Amino acid sequence: MRSVQRTTPSSDGWRSWRRDPELIRDVALVSAAGGVVGVSFGAIAVAGGLPVWVPVVMSLVVYAGSAQFSAVGVLLAGGGPVAAAATGLLLNTRTAAFSLAVAETIGTGRTARLVGAHLVTDETVAFALAQRDPARRRAAFWLSGVALFAVWNVGVLLGALAGTALGDTAAYGLDAAFPAVLAALVLPALRGDAGLRRAALPGAAVALALTPAVPAGVPVLLALTGLFLYRAPVRKESA
Amino acid sequence: MVAVILALAVGTYAFRLVGPVLHGRVTVPERARELLSAGAVVLLVALLATGAFTEGGGFAGWARPAGVLAGGVLAWRRAPFAVVVLGAAAVTAALRAAGLE
Repeated sequence: MRSVQRTTPSSDGWRSWRRDPELIRDVALVSAAGGVVGVSFGAIAVAGGLPVWVPVVMSLVVYAGSAQFSAVGVLLAGGGPVAAAATGLLLNTRTAAFSLAVAETIGTGRTARLVGAHLVTDETVAFALAQRDPARRRAAFWLSGVALFAVWNVGVLLGALAGTALGDTAAYGLDAAFPAVLAALVLPALRGDAGLRRAALPGAAVALALTPAVPAGVPVLLALTGLFLYRAPVRKESA
Repeated sequence: MVAVILALAVGTYAFRLVGPVLHGRVTVPERARELLSAGAVVLLVALLATGAFTEGGGFAGWARPAGVLAGGVLAWRRAPFAVVVLGAAAVTAALRAAGLE
């Protein structure tokens, strides 16, 4: 609030990441892990019989890892195009809630909004929300957004070209890396805020309990019922 | 195939535009703003839990949640980010190599 608010990715927030080697290191690590997952996505799609352009174009224009895996999974299992698209869309409904949460961080310029919206993912939102100060939030969002987008798409292309050469990525334990990334990014918020824990933990329990019973994507949304238990941090003037 | 990709791309982008488009046009009350940012954390924690324990609607096996738990403990003890992530992957990979699934 002490300076004129700037809103484009090329403004102060975007430059300030240079002064934040820790952020660069974290983003590089998450991007590298994302790239390997991208490789496996490309490889799985092509190994399943889809043409190379399908995973590549999908990753550029849809750009949502879990939804892409699910849609391709439904297609390869013979589930039909409507089921594939519906599953992917259901999984991505959460990005609407995420985009609201980071709207201010993305900025208000037209280009920033249009480009930034495409970069709203679980990881970029978690990176942004893990920062306290607005300028750092913006830097974290844009740096992780651009890096993840680039590395993910290069990874998918390489995977699609390499086909099945990579083998079983589960052997590297990478499927544990992404939940761990989320843990590292949300724990600081949970640690200092009992009201937030009261909402998040029952919410996660609801999501887990319902996962076997409802379509993919719905459990996470139903976790929002935990918000009924949410108490905002106590403010001095309120009783 | 083109229709699937197009529907997914357009729909997903529309979801993602909700925030940036509404921002600045509607005044969000303070309480709603608090709920939004709390909601994002609730979603992330739910993703963390379902990502750690489930795969395709069923249980993902013990190796993955054990690795994530190791990562969570490291994060709680304020270990560097790289240690958290690589630690989680390493524990899961080691358990799988040892035959646990």
